[in-house]
Amino acid sequence: MSQNIFVFIEHVRGQVAEISYVMLAAARQLAQNTGGEVAAVLLGHNAQDLGKDFAADRVLYIEHAALAEFTSDAYRVALAALIQDQTPRAVLFGHSSIGMDVSSGLSAKLGYPVVSSCRSFTEDGKYVSQICGGKIMVEGDIPSPTALITMLPGGYKAEQGKSSQAPSVTSVAAPALDGLRVTLKQYIEPEAGDVDIAKETMLVSVGRGIQNKDNIELAGELASALGGSVCASRPVVDQGWLPTTRLVGKSGKLVKPKIYLALGISGAPEHVEGMSESDVIIAVNTDPNAPIFNVAKYGTTVDMFDLLPALTDKVRQAR
Amino acid sequence: MKIVVPIKFVPDLVEELTIDPSGVALDTAWLRLIINEFDDHAVEQAILLKERGGGQVIVSTVEADGSDDFLFTAAAKGADQLIKMTGDFTGVNNHALARAYAELLKELKPDLVLTGVQAHNDLDGSVGPLLAEYLGMPYVGYVAGITLADGSVIARKEYPGGLIAEIDVKLPAVLGIQASEQPPRYVAYSKIRQVMGTAKIEERPNADLNLDGGVSISRMFQPEAAERAEMIDGDADTVAEKIVAIIKEAGVL
Ligand SMILES: Cc1cc2nc3c(=O)[nH]c(=O)nc-3n(C[C@H](O)[C@H](O)[C@H](O)COP(=O)(O)OP(=O)(O)OC[C@H]3O[C@@H](n4cnc5c(N)ncnc54)[C@H](O)[C@@H]3O)c2cc1C
Ligand SMILES: Nc1ncnc2c1ncn2[C@@H]1O[C@H](COP(=O)(O)O)[C@@H](O)[C@H]1O
Repeated sequence: MSQNIFVFIEHVRGQVAEISYVMLAAARQLAQNTGGEVAAVLLGHNAQDLGKDFAADRVLYIEHAALAEFTSDAYRVALAALIQDQTPRAVLFGHSSIGMDVSSGLSAKLGYPVVSSCRSFTEDGKYVSQICGGKIMVEGDIPSPTALITMLPGGYKAEQGKSSQAPSVTSVAAPALDGLRVTLKQYIEPEAGDVDIAKETMLVSVGRGIQNKDNIELAGELASALGGSVCASRPVVDQGWLPTTRLVGKSGKLVKPKIYLALGISGAPEHVEGMSESDVIIAVNTDPNAPIFNVAKYGTTVDMFDLLPALTDKVRQAR
Repeated sequence: MKIVVPIKFVPDLVEELTIDPSGVALDTAWLRLIINEFDDHAVEQAILLKERGGGQVIVSTVEADGSDDFLFTAAAKGADQLIKMTGDFTGVNNHALARAYAELLKELKPDLVLTGVQAHNDLDGSVGPLLAEYLGMPYVGYVAGITLADGSVIARKEYPGGLIAEIDVKLPAVLGIQASEQPPRYVAYSKIRQVMGTAKIEERPNADLNLDGGVSISRMFQPEAAERAEMIDGDADTVAEKIVAIIKEAGVL
């Protein structure tokens, strides 16, 4: 058993995911507490160069053609062997499409507990997780001797996980990877949208509070009066009320407009991830405890259906 | 094709959540439970697959307020078999739940298990991938679309920014559903009433749960925002005026 902190690096098509750097920053804090090293765990095919800008003490690199792109089966087998062999104090995974595919299975296989939705660590080395759509925080000791932890963004800056000095790379042999049951066929690019919401300076964003497809028009009128565009939270897109190209958040676009007007959006972490860097966030939500008010600069609990006609009117007058 | 969909009930986040006197758990006295929204999508996806390729859809949940209603609703949408796990599951961790479900699934021998991708109150991983490991099946999550192939399925897995990975997964398998290909269908209450008269919920008692694998909590609290929003009070007109002023100040108007 060691006091080292492992960070499972996520990459897709040669691009390291932002969460990996966030985790490297988190791991540094944790390693200072345990007195161990930070090791970036990189799996891939001709991919060792991806680790050049990691703020880590070393890169543990596993090379194999079957690891070129992430698939849950091959990656799970390779990670299981590594973790079992090196028994770090903790392994950080993204609470993400990649990390969540493997972390729980590894917990069941290896018998090491997994802590979900961790956002940061306390100075004395406790995990702090964010649950219930951002409404509840949970704190506790990191399970011993080895813990698997899935990390949300927001607690550390990705910049802190980068370094201009390339860490040393230690190669680790891949285990046998045959009989794989999960294979990547191809990637499909997102469809190009009518407007690119990532480039807009004025966004009117609607959430489930909009209630139905017809009401989207109300937000549309306001947006056109403002010279901006309408975007949305996931439930609105999943209901088919707006196309996927308008989705803001973890599975959609990252937006940074000058004004982000959130109408009937609760402010779940998966949504906030995509809009928290907007210049000015104005939130309209009838629930005074909605987490959106923790990221917004201005807020109101006025019913959006009362506000929308009045606001559209006043904007038109102001033009 | 035999498809099982396990259903979870979670606290409704629209309600106010309070922490009980222990300081490490939610106060359940006032908690309103609703279905995990991703499970609605999982049920829809299962029924779409059945409509396309035939087969049998089994929907299962642990006993909770509203679980019977949900099961009957699923039957009205097209589910063929309804199973309710009875026993005390309050505060049970996901590892324990997954083990209990694994026992059930070993008997049912499904080709495909569709879980919700996650629930908002997880602390020790998610049931889908845990279940897959206990059953020795592959797992792929963040799935929004499934096509049946020969001995496998093609799952469309979501990555950030709208990128999709098309993944071939050998059956039997567990998939974590993010969204169904169509919005979950609506069924009229009259149809649910009708089903209540004919459909049967099978009860399956669970006595001794092995609780290993949970995570210990020393404190639960509501986030103290570093900077909470400045609240704009007044009626709609007053608020609208203030918002216009803010937008003007930002130079967007
Ligand atoms: C893996 C994963 C990825 C995800 N990716 C994304 C993503 O990219 N983007 C995203 O948005 N979500 C994403 N989600 C979903 C996310 O967890 C939330 O479920 C979602 O953001 C909630 O959307 P919402 O705020 O519109 O709905 P809700 O949470 O239901 O909130 C609706 C809000 O409207 C308010 N309201 C109701 N009526 C009115 C009214 N008349 N006037 C004013 N306010 C009103 C309510 O008080 C409530 O707060 C993801 C989830 C998962 C698990
Ligand atoms: N108590 C439960 N009963 C039935 N299914 C569950 C239960 N808990 C989790 N699941 C399944 O696992 C999915 C993900 O939930 P979770 O594991 O809590 O993230 C849910 O959407 C369900 O499909």
